[in-house]
Amino acid sequence: MAKATIPEEELMLSGHVGCLGCGATLTMRYVLKALGKNTVISVPACCWAVMPGPYPLRCLEIPMLYNAFETTGASISGLRAAYDMKGRPDINVLGFAGDGGTADIGIQSLSGAVERGDNVFYVMYDNEAYMNTGVQRSSSTPYGAWTTTTPGGTTGDWKRQPKKNMMEIMVAHRIPYAATASVAYPEDMVKKLRKGIDVRGPKFYHIYAPCPTGWRLSPDKTIEISKLATDSCIFPIYEVENGIYTINRKPAKKVPVRDYLRLQGRFRHLGEEELNRIQEAVDWDWKLLLRKEEFMKDM
Amino acid sequence: MTTRKAAHKDLPRMPITTIPSTKVVTGFWRTFRPTLDESKCIKCRICWKFCPDVSISMTDDSFPAFDYEHCKGCGICANECPRKAIIMVMEE
Ligand SMILES: Cc1ncc(C[n+]2csc(CCOP(=O)(O)OP(=O)(O)O)c2C)c(N)n1
Ligand code: SF4
Repeated sequence: MAKATIPEEELMLSGHVGCLGCGATLTMRYVLKALGKNTVISVPACCWAVMPGPYPLRCLEIPMLYNAFETTGASISGLRAAYDMKGRPDINVLGFAGDGGTADIGIQSLSGAVERGDNVFYVMYDNEAYMNTGVQRSSSTPYGAWTTTTPGGTTGDWKRQPKKNMMEIMVAHRIPYAATASVAYPEDMVKKLRKGIDVRGPKFYHIYAPCPTGWRLSPDKTIEISKLATDSCIFPIYEVENGIYTINRKPAKKVPVRDYLRLQGRFRHLGEEELNRIQEAVDWDWKLLLRKEEFMKDM
Repeated sequence: MTTRKAAHKDLPRMPITTIPSTKVVTGFWRTFRPTLDESKCIKCRICWKFCPDVSISMTDDSFPAFDYEHCKGCGICANECPRKAIIMVMEE
């Protein structure tokens, strides 16, 4: 017998239309457990826009507003201003968008909201492609991945560019709080969102959210793959508070990144050479992050 | 006659979705059904924690109960259970 390690309250309902093992729905479930009922959410086009099913169905216990694909940042700035005018600074305003809606099409409106210093939460649930329209590559799709627009096959045309680093882009804005989190560690995710309630200004969360459908992954492996992502250091869990880096999880023993890639059909075509190249890139990024944490300690 | 400017209060009410998705049955999607071996379960709540379909209910000292109306059979619970107390069984 054990106590619940995350809040009991469920603000996301069953009956949503997410695929089997969907990491995006787990992300929403944990984020709302952390922020509670006093929250308004704005969602652009993405899998989360269709989760409730057709009108008049709803699958959240809080108000959910739909915005145009590129406008999440602007919409949460507007909601914040409206609630402040109405004397409700206590309402949490949350933008919740996919990686395509954040790292590609919504990046300018997000940049605007963060630069203005608006007191909002922004969650980028990262399933590493445009999943709702059928797995097209985004700038957050990792190097080496198959997608329908990087089809691989005989042309060897899988994604050749590295994943865009949204955390660094946010840090470059001098954002007061930015953090990564993963569905494998809901306690950490809840803690980081709760921390954000006391931070005035923009809060950005880059959340690792596996998509079994688009990753060609068995749906029961959503949590297993997320743990491997962090244990192999391809998706590290860390936070940046006013420019100071803290790594929240350091694997005792680094798992080879190929163990992570091999579970997913989207990386099946990669040969020895590419696997080694990815390992080198991951090692470099991890070293850089460790150095940043170390360097910032005395600042 | 004085005319009043239209204000936000005059707007028609937004379409607000009213019907909870719990009314929708997603259990038909399932190929494998999670079943519990109570003799192995230690009530750790890990299955409850990781369910993306909010289809496991339990309290601190109860066994997990599966909501077969909504469970889609993803199998995360069985994969994460530290005691292998959840067995996925093919639906009839
Ligand atoms: C301006 C505009 N362009 C294209 C679309 C079509 N569209 C809807 S959802 C979507 C994919 C969204 O991808 P992402 O933001 O990564 O979220 P995910 O679907 O992966 O959850 C696209 C391209 C749209 N709705 N609006
Ligand atoms: S396509 Fe992927 S992200 Fe979208 S609902 Fe399905 S599992 Fe979730």
